[in-house]
Amino acid sequence: MYDIIIVGAGPAGLTSAIYARRASKKVLVLEAKNYGGQIINTLDIENYPVEAHISGFDFATKLYEQAKGLGAEIVFEKVVDIKDNGFTKEVVTDKNTYSCQALILATGSENRKLGLSNEEDLIGKGVSYCATCDGAFYRKKKVAVVGGGNTALEDALYLADIAEKVYLIHRRDSFRGEDATVNLLKEKSNVEFVYNSNVTELIAGDRLEKIQVTNNDGSVREIEVNGVFVAVGRIPENQNFAKLIKLDQAGYIIAGEDCNTNVPGIFVAGDNRVKEVKQLVTATADGAVAATAAVKYINNR
Amino acid sequence: MAVIEANNNNFEKVVLKHTGKVLVDFNAEWCGPCKMLKPSLEAVAAHSSDAKIVSVNIDDAEELAEQYNVASIPCLVLFENGKEVKRSVGLIPKDAIEDMIGGEN
Repeated sequence: MYDIIIVGAGPAGLTSAIYARRASKKVLVLEAKNYGGQIINTLDIENYPVEAHISGFDFATKLYEQAKGLGAEIVFEKVVDIKDNGFTKEVVTDKNTYSCQALILATGSENRKLGLSNEEDLIGKGVSYCATCDGAFYRKKKVAVVGGGNTALEDALYLADIAEKVYLIHRRDSFRGEDATVNLLKEKSNVEFVYNSNVTELIAGDRLEKIQVTNNDGSVREIEVNGVFVAVGRIPENQNFAKLIKLDQAGYIIAGEDCNTNVPGIFVAGDNRVKEVKQLVTATADGAVAATAAVKYINNR
Repeated sequence: MAVIEANNNNFEKVVLKHTGKVLVDFNAEWCGPCKMLKPSLEAVAAHSSDAKIVSVNIDDAEELAEQYNVASIPCLVLFENGKEVKRSVGLIPKDAIEDMIGGEN
């Protein structure tokens, strides 16, 4: 029996572990993939207080070692279900079942996919969800970026300096992302805007060769590209909690800044919570708030 | 066995002319997930007698990355007697690396 179980070893989950261990609670962190979460894909973090530059990998590794050093147990198993037995909570993984007094859900989010049939098979063969990770493979090649938010705009800007040609494909006629970035993109001679359009087919042999783009007016166009970078948002990883925990329409756990869910003793921290600003610093802040709330919940029983 | 570094000069000898299995890890210094994968590969290399494990830094061997159609890293390619038999893109756990080497092709 643990005092606190934390689901997810990203910045929010590991920060929760640090706070919970410093309050002398017995802590287990369960992680399905790798520690660090999505921050490990970031080459250079420039907006986290104190360090002007740190790689996502170094940040994640230091945080992981800090949590471990304080005595948190970190186990790599995928959580498939959670149960509320009143006084205790039960956490079911693909290998074991654990119980605890308080539970913190810090699962974060994953990339939203286009939803095309051969998309998964083409990952690493022309389909990418991370421009800064894979952009270097498209030097002097043709690429498309799909999306209309800041990530899509920044990806297009980054790729414009590497690739020969960048098509920016967006389903609406204006961007949700910042105007300043849109203006920078308009100055790039190799960026072509494809508005009111969706990617409807990925045409490939061994690797991606063309994309089919359908305009909202019904007209269809094929564009030759070597790569397509998908930046159509993220999906919170809350599917396995939906029976018990209240989610909003987009799948985020409904909780205020206090990180309380609808179930007493279950808290949420990080990108899988409804919130305006999803940044590293707000994820770690959630971690501190959720752990403090969990400790208080246990101590007041 | 330790992980062996390979580049354009020795790839043929180290990988293609090798009889048996070779797992090639295409990676780069700037790639966070590649760094996360490294300890698992080292652990597998230390305990495995089934396959040789080779690391290729794609920035030092652009031609190899191009030749083998590597478009995302980390990318693990399993060769057997010089021929590609399996491929995995992205960060995977140690068990999955062992499965990749150990499984029937």
